[in-house]
Amino acid sequence: MQRHLISAADLTRDDAVLILDTAEEMARVADRPIKKLPTLRGRTVVNLFFEDSTRTRISFEAAEKRLSADVINFTAKGSSVSKGESLKDTAQTLEAMGVDAVVIRHGASGAPYRLATSGWIDAAVINAGDGTHQHPTQALLDAFTMRRRLIGRDAGIGQDLAGKRVTLVGDVLHSRVARSNVDLLHTLGAEVTLVAPPTLVPVGVETWPCEVSYDLDSTLPKSDAVMMLRVQRERMNAAFFPTEREYSRRYGLDGERMARMPEHAIVMHPGPMVRGMEITAEVADSDRCTVVEQVANGVSIRMAVLYLLLGGNEPAVSHARTTEEK
Amino acid sequence: MSKILIRGAKVLGGEPQDVLIDGETVAAVGQDLDAEDAEVVEAAGRVLLPGLVDLHTHLREPGREDSETVLTGTRAAASGGYTAVFAMANTFPVADTAGVVEQVWRLGREHGYCDVQPIGAVTVGLEGRKLAELGAMHESAAGVTVFSDDGKCVDDAVIMRRALEYVKAFGGVVAQHAQEPRLTEGAQMNEGVVSAELGLGGWPAVAEESIIARDVLLAEHVGSRVHICHLSTAGSVEIVRWAKSRGIDVTAEVTPHHLLLTDELVRTYNPVYKVNPPLRTERDVLALREALADGTIDIVATDHAPHPHEDKDCEWAAAAMGMVGLETALSVVQDTMVDTGLLTWAEVADRMSFAPARIGRASGHGRPVSAGEPANLTLVDTAYRGSVDPAGFASRSRNTPYEGRELPGRVTHTWLRGKATLVDGKLT
Ligand SMILES: [Zn+2]
Repeated sequence: MQRHLISAADLTRDDAVLILDTAEEMARVADRPIKKLPTLRGRTVVNLFFEDSTRTRISFEAAEKRLSADVINFTAKGSSVSKGESLKDTAQTLEAMGVDAVVIRHGASGAPYRLATSGWIDAAVINAGDGTHQHPTQALLDAFTMRRRLIGRDAGIGQDLAGKRVTLVGDVLHSRVARSNVDLLHTLGAEVTLVAPPTLVPVGVETWPCEVSYDLDSTLPKSDAVMMLRVQRERMNAAFFPTEREYSRRYGLDGERMARMPEHAIVMHPGPMVRGMEITAEVADSDRCTVVEQVANGVSIRMAVLYLLLGGNEPAVSHARTTEEK
Repeated sequence: MSKILIRGAKVLGGEPQDVLIDGETVAAVGQDLDAEDAEVVEAAGRVLLPGLVDLHTHLREPGREDSETVLTGTRAAASGGYTAVFAMANTFPVADTAGVVEQVWRLGREHGYCDVQPIGAVTVGLEGRKLAELGAMHESAAGVTVFSDDGKCVDDAVIMRRALEYVKAFGGVVAQHAQEPRLTEGAQMNEGVVSAELGLGGWPAVAEESIIARDVLLAEHVGSRVHICHLSTAGSVEIVRWAKSRGIDVTAEVTPHHLLLTDELVRTYNPVYKVNPPLRTERDVLALREALADGTIDIVATDHAPHPHEDKDCEWAAAAMGMVGLETALSVVQDTMVDTGLLTWAEVADRMSFAPARIGRASGHGRPVSAGEPANLTLVDTAYRGSVDPAGFASRSRNTPYEGRELPGRVTHTWLRGKATLVDGKLT
């Protein structure tokens, strides 16, 4: 494993499988009465959020606390792009405080990479979402969810996603989730298809390791997992598509469309869902929809990432169990 | 001592000759000239060029003296072999009145390192709405002939048409920063494979090409002269080539960095590579080199854009756009054009001195190296190899993309009207 987690593209197949396997161990901790491991006791982790995201921050915070890390939440909303030096200033402040890891969320693509490579700070850097670039722990939790649902919790250990067909639907252009997922799913052996109106597919997509289609209906029967991406309503004003209604007619997922998917296929969404436009309530509330599991799995994945980047070489959970059970 | 004998230099890359400077002019060029009462500069193996002329420099004064001043910028110019630079109008206040352009012109003369020829803004405050007093700037002591809203595009077709027509009265030229503003909203880098991966806002080639296409058609329609700043794409080359074949009076420039660097470097997210127009692809770079070689692109201009450290030592999106270039331009041109066999030194003299002086009507610059001409000269050690060390820059800013990169060639001497501004690589 590398020292930082900036991009899903930086993970090898073995790294990724190791993280998924470790997350399975972490998930077992959640089933215990005391959901806490001493693994990161005495280590300090900062959640450095330049952009609002309560869901992601809480997920990381829960993971850090379950590993007994000291947690500092630093919200610097609004100071990112307007005052250019703030990232560097903040980094140096954290460095002076002896921080071991920084979980960073930033509105500018590349900010976590810059933080990790500019010599401003020594801590491990974990990208919790940067601009329209990457959100690697999201891709890991998605892959984790797919592996559990499509292969099985125990049967999945040691496995990748070879041969699984995954369709990502929606605003690919502005989606760090799409970029991270394409990279990671490809590494794990899955076949990925992006479905979107041409206005929401980036110029240059032809070099990505995936297929691109403008037609959702023909893709659904060949999908083991369909991941709906967030479409922000303001895209409408920028003429990316004519109307909300036309968008949902062509790219929204309703019960009728879901019926075209194979029986075993699942529906995923990184949340928060825009019900009605991207996904109907019927689909969102069906038991094929994994949104709630994705949230729970996010904590296990983030525990695994923090443990592997910061922890020792011993196995996380067995070591913890002996300490706890003494 | 007013006489200087430059001994054994390859004049414009040709056979070794002696060049005698007497006062402000070249007194003689020939073999075995008499060195009596002349200071002798041994120049065997080196190339002597007419003093370089940069049609596109940002000197930042007035307003951003923390990044560059007329003094530091002209010292950087002299270090790079330049004897004249055209200073862009996007200062604070904007160079849109006779008063501001005269002040900048005068500072250049007073410091004496390099002639500063101010460029006047096309529109008041670079706002694109109302023509600036182009005639008054032309009639001022600065004698402005080049007008540009550089940094911004004159995107209103009617304003562009009027500016092109208006400057015909005094032989002026409009230099366009070709950037369709709507197509480049939020743009951070070249739009393509790399931007798609990095998730940075794309600056599509068509945003440059569509404006160039429009402007050459406007220039044809009204019978005017238009100059295209820092052309950066293969498609732009095709449009300019077509326009020239039609007899349209268009000239174009390319920057050294667009001849060498590609958008692959943006993968480092290091803002030193952030520039406008953005670094393009390998295919674009090769097309630009070819176009400079065949004359479709007329000149090399630096777009020297100094920024203080703090404006670059941050995340990519927050960083200022631009690179310094005066002190490395000739080395980059040697690397990309001469050492590759695409240009001779005589052609370099054309692209970096004769032609820019002609486009900007800089009398006294871009003259042949022969008796009776102003002694504006540059001596280059073309055999030199070394890596770029920004610590030695005369520019107040250090935002060079070439730090640590090995580049060939070094300017050893520069003379402005017979007065040495650079001797053995050191500023006087
Ligand atoms: Zn420009």
